[in-house]
Amino acid sequence: MDIGRKTGTETDLRVKIAGVEWKNPVTVASGTFGSGAEFAEFVDLNRLGAVTTKGVANVPWEGNPTPRVAETYGGMMNAVGLQNPGIEMFCDRDIPFLKQYDTKIIVNVCGRSEEDYCQVVERLADEPADMLEINISCPNVKEGGIAFGQDPKAAERITKAVKRYAKQPVIMKLSPNVTSIAEMARAVEAGGADAVSLINTLTGMKIDINRRRFVLANKTGGVSGPAIHPIAVRMVYEAAGAVAIPIIGMGGIQSAGDAVEMILAGADAVSVGTANFYDPAVTMKIVDGIECYMKENGFKTVSEMTGLAQ
Amino acid sequence: MADRKKERVKVLSQECIADGIYSMWIESGAALLAKPGQFLSIYTKDKSKLLPRPISICEADEERGRMRVVYRVTGEETGTEQFSQLKEGDGLEIIGPLGNGFPLERGIGKRVILTGGGIGVPPVLELAKRMECKEKLIVAGYRNSQTFLRDEFEANGKLYISTEDGSVGVKGNVLDAIRENDLETDVIFACGPSPMLRALKEYAAEKDIECYLSLEERMACGIGACLACVCKSKGKDPHTNVKNKRICKDGPVFLSTEVEF
Repeated sequence: MDIGRKTGTETDLRVKIAGVEWKNPVTVASGTFGSGAEFAEFVDLNRLGAVTTKGVANVPWEGNPTPRVAETYGGMMNAVGLQNPGIEMFCDRDIPFLKQYDTKIIVNVCGRSEEDYCQVVERLADEPADMLEINISCPNVKEGGIAFGQDPKAAERITKAVKRYAKQPVIMKLSPNVTSIAEMARAVEAGGADAVSLINTLTGMKIDINRRRFVLANKTGGVSGPAIHPIAVRMVYEAAGAVAIPIIGMGGIQSAGDAVEMILAGADAVSVGTANFYDPAVTMKIVDGIECYMKENGFKTVSEMTGLAQ
Repeated sequence: MADRKKERVKVLSQECIADGIYSMWIESGAALLAKPGQFLSIYTKDKSKLLPRPISICEADEERGRMRVVYRVTGEETGTEQFSQLKEGDGLEIIGPLGNGFPLERGIGKRVILTGGGIGVPPVLELAKRMECKEKLIVAGYRNSQTFLRDEFEANGKLYISTEDGSVGVKGNVLDAIRENDLETDVIFACGPSPMLRALKEYAAEKDIECYLSLEERMACGIGACLACVCKSKGKDPHTNVKNKRICKDGPVFLSTEVEF
């Protein structure tokens, strides 16, 4: 028996993002979770609202030379460079793997040109993926990728192009390396995006003073982890004020409190990334913790909390 | 299925065994699973340092449920410095054992050389303890006369030493020790800095010797998901579908002819 529980407060963790119902508002950030196979040993994938896969391109990509990662204060930096096995192997192996679990599948798509993205999106149209997340914000790719994510016109254009081919709802993943995140959110909404996810990593750099060399082979990398959380919260708040489409908020979430904060800022769902590296079961704790917070504060649904901060 | 987790373990002992080199025994059920050449992801308590430190297993004591790591403190205010300050009874969080380990079965009935250089020396100990073969030669390369783990090596094989300063054994590196002592072998198992491994890869190719190398690279997740710690492979890897292998998951031990680094 639950003493102190308000009558009829059966908490419902379900959220609907662009018409797709997730059992709870928690997914994982692309690139931090592979396509689920490695983490399946540590985490019950059935308990995730959705699994967002590593970015996949039309052909296999080798990624950047190593070192690809470095630790930073309260975070890390990566320049993996979108290494991926290509869409064919992904469809043959990774989608069937995830279909074994009762979780939504969000396929992250990357590319070097509009044609690349469209080719992958078209290929995925007949696959049992639930949603697509278009990565136009990865700062590590030298050609194409970075241009889309930092120019509103290009972002709107790529959104329109992808929407022509996509069967599944399209989430545009925004880069924080911009002057106005609200402007970028509006641009992709105008292009027809069904949802936005933000933030991707912030471009950073680290120099080893003993060797007097850049720590990453790529020189720059994307900074992630708790250190960027306040920036992510602020940007989610700004994006939420700018668009009507659903928002998946991410950036340094490592606890249920961080996730609730993101939701109060305006996120309809949250994504957990870097925290998986130092606490592989963190997503489970976050799902449970969100439910606890809702019970303790009398919230029946997640949408009741979305954007509540003032 | 989802039965692996980050484990909270107890430190049993901590000892400084050479300048900047520490030996720590930890109590852990993972000792039952540990194979030579595998490593542990060890986490600091310092919230500003999030990533695990991957440290090779030096010894695994199945009977008493404990494992030993021997590691170098890499600098002031580093994670390894924090580990070196832990005492008996202190708690620690780890994930492990990780990685593939050395293929012990490749030594059965053969003459083998087990070789480690610098901070690659510690994992050679468990390898030496578990290797069953026709002839077991251990070649350990040090910087100077602080030949840590020497006694343990001598108890587990025929030991040859090289030191960079020439104070003990052959002056130079492990390959110098191998050449100067005219050591012949069928299989080499090696761990150490990249220049040493490159030299051994060439030497093995030259002599047509089967050779296994334990590689290292900056890691993040340690479990094969993030693709940070790759090495180039000769052929396309069946998992990644490109010429890259994950050192934490497909390795750290690779056949020398399979990898380029």
